[in-house]
Amino acid sequence: MRLSKSRAPFYTFVALLLIAGFGLAAYRHIAFDVPWLPGEKRQIWSIEAKIEYLAKGEPVKLSLAIPDTQMGFERLGEHTASPGYGLAFTDAAADGSSGRRAEWSARSVWGKQTLYYRVDMLVDPNQRVDLSSPSIAPPKMLQGDGPQVTAALQLLENALARSADNFTLTRELIREFRTEAQSAQLLGQAQTRIDWLVDLLHHAGVPARKVLLLNLEDGRRRQSLAPVLQVFEGDGYQLFDPATGKQGRKPNQILWEYHSAALLDLIGGNQSTVHFSVIEQEVPVNQVIERESVRRSSLLDFSIHSLPLEEQALFKGILLIPVGVLVVVMLRILVGLRTSGTFMPVLIAMAFIQTSLLTGVVGFLLIVGVGLMIRSYLSQLNLLLIARISAVIISVIVLIAVFAVLAYQLGLSEGLKITFFPMIILSWTIERMSILWEEEGPKQVLVQGGGSLVVAMLAYVVMTNDIVRHLTFNFLSLQLIFMALVLMLGSYKGYRLSEIRRFKELLPKDGN
Amino acid sequence: MGILGMNRRNISYISAYNPRYLMPLVDDKLKTKQLALEHDVPVPEMIGVVDSQPAIKNVELLLRGQKSFCIKPAKGSGGKGILVIIRVEEGRYYRSNGQPIELPDIQRHLSNILAGLFSLGGAMDVAIVEGLIVVDPFLAEYSYEGVPDIRLIVFRGVPVMSMMRLSCAVSQGKANLHQGAVGVGIDVGSGRAVNAVQRDHRVSHHPDTGCDLMRLAVPRWQELLELGCACSDMTGLGYLGVDLVLDANQGPVLLELNARPGLSIQIANHAGLLPRLREIEKLKNPARMSVRQRIDFARRHFSAEPLAPVAPSEIIPVST
Repeated sequence: MRLSKSRAPFYTFVALLLIAGFGLAAYRHIAFDVPWLPGEKRQIWSIEAKIEYLAKGEPVKLSLAIPDTQMGFERLGEHTASPGYGLAFTDAAADGSSGRRAEWSARSVWGKQTLYYRVDMLVDPNQRVDLSSPSIAPPKMLQGDGPQVTAALQLLENALARSADNFTLTRELIREFRTEAQSAQLLGQAQTRIDWLVDLLHHAGVPARKVLLLNLEDGRRRQSLAPVLQVFEGDGYQLFDPATGKQGRKPNQILWEYHSAALLDLIGGNQSTVHFSVIEQEVPVNQVIERESVRRSSLLDFSIHSLPLEEQALFKGILLIPVGVLVVVMLRILVGLRTSGTFMPVLIAMAFIQTSLLTGVVGFLLIVGVGLMIRSYLSQLNLLLIARISAVIISVIVLIAVFAVLAYQLGLSEGLKITFFPMIILSWTIERMSILWEEEGPKQVLVQGGGSLVVAMLAYVVMTNDIVRHLTFNFLSLQLIFMALVLMLGSYKGYRLSEIRRFKELLPKDGN
Repeated sequence: MGILGMNRRNISYISAYNPRYLMPLVDDKLKTKQLALEHDVPVPEMIGVVDSQPAIKNVELLLRGQKSFCIKPAKGSGGKGILVIIRVEEGRYYRSNGQPIELPDIQRHLSNILAGLFSLGGAMDVAIVEGLIVVDPFLAEYSYEGVPDIRLIVFRGVPVMSMMRLSCAVSQGKANLHQGAVGVGIDVGSGRAVNAVQRDHRVSHHPDTGCDLMRLAVPRWQELLELGCACSDMTGLGYLGVDLVLDANQGPVLLELNARPGLSIQIANHAGLLPRLREIEKLKNPARMSVRQRIDFARRHFSAEPLAPVAPSEIIPVST
């Protein structure tokens, strides 16, 4: 009554998976010039703006400010997804009075609308584009009522007294806003601080304007733009954060709108929102030039690059999960490491990717340690299992909140990342470890908890490896190979490493 | 020496010879018990089943008059969640290690069992209350607390390898090898000890009782083997671990069955399972052989000489 049948179909299937996996990968490599290794590369930021609004059935005209080649970035290509809409790009006016805009139009649309605009910006530190300073608005009446204008002019006067040029004036003016809290509050009733700053600077004859800045971070979704003050002095300019007064621009910040215009103009609709997704791509130097050709879509071009950026950013993480799973399978089947909860280490590793390793490990130990203490109290309360685990889940969430607040108060912004931990999984881990503690003693808790942590760290190391990330993201067919490997491991009948140690007295020694 | 590893056990023996649909028969001790009663296989006396929260409240009625008993989760694994009460005095229940507990402690334990704390995958469970085994006095002196049990591996109805598990102080009265119990390899042919280990190291004497383990010879061995074969026949599982005890009154009794028996038995016997399993795999149709024929086959093929005594240098002192 042996149950297993012939293994031939199984091995054929595995072989087919391997052939398909390697074949498709090779095809992508040859046909699309995707390199096997992340060689010398240029950094490209793909940014996608997702515009959503509610159309009322009237003719719609929609105009979105879009970026151009600028300091540090070169615009490579842009794409839109907006079926049913007419589209035109208007170029920047020669005098710099208006920037590039994408203009969509439609005769009659109804209901919720979604439009995509996507641009690839090549990081190029040598790129310099001079921006012409904005024409100072003709001296106009400052916004607001009498007391507000008086207070504003008082702030300006103080700042003028302590400054030497346009930049120092701006810095001092922002400091005035921060120190004179009462005046700032009074002014805030009329318009936002950045608008006051622009008005006051214009009043003092300083060319300045509000620009919209996007922080570029890989894999971010649903980002919005940050308003920043741009102040000119001669040919150069500086950016100021209106809230903190911080000066300058970080290399991973891009100016999205910088022509004193609105981000979005919409006629014929309402409730419009714009969100941004950002993804970082490392592209070999030679490919930067022919990037457009890669865009050809074909059925065999089985890559996630054809998806909208928002989903791509999501997949960049998801496609790493099989790698982590493979690590767990290998460590359990080939090495025989014991972990608490089969795939818990993969989820912990995913959390480590978000938090960075050290913060992650410290956070994990902190939560599980304190959680175990709380759980040992709960075990005296004689509760039903489901209620007890729910209590652990709530404790874990409270713990995470407390640690996050504590870390923030202590100025450890890293500590905030503790929120990336999978809370339900952690609760189950605590529950299992607690039972293990009661039944088998603290040693087993250390063995299994340590085992889980070691597996999580190994998975983290593999999942953050540049080559692994490059391969999984660029060669989707690698998943077939992972599948084949897991299947093969599933029929491995040999010894585990831990068994060689366990049975060392029984196994034949070397030489006989 | 043909050691069976975890991966090969799982693929070539458990999933090849133990059909999934038969697994519940052994994973649920209540089902095992019912099956055993149908097939006239002796099992410990059943006091009752606690299967709902209200029943927990009234458990005192069930336990009234019982001098000793044992509470088990029906779907527990690896000896988890077994509570042994050896005597009851003035409303206090004494565990096998002498620790007294109160009724609420027992009720909490029952509630944990019902919630699935000890069952595979945390599924809902029921608790079985059984009469305690009175260990055969001959074997009792080898064990420290706890019940010494006999583990038989039965493959396709043929006994393959056996060992005796003696609890000791380190294992806290539990007979599980990974918890520190002493494993004594027992020759399938004669029922005599061939080797003994504790925590994977060879020992010659029981660390607590000081008994010479190599002189251990299990009484009524033939009956035990026959019982093991009967268990295999009634479940239909091809690769089975049978846990038996020798009760002073009832004689050989089935304690529980295991469809995924562990591999430590090889260390206890200082022998690998693989050659023996392969020998049986060569048999055309062992199911058609009578129990006696199968036991004779095991005697002929799997008898082993006792190992040379442990040299003093080999004895690793066991910390207690």
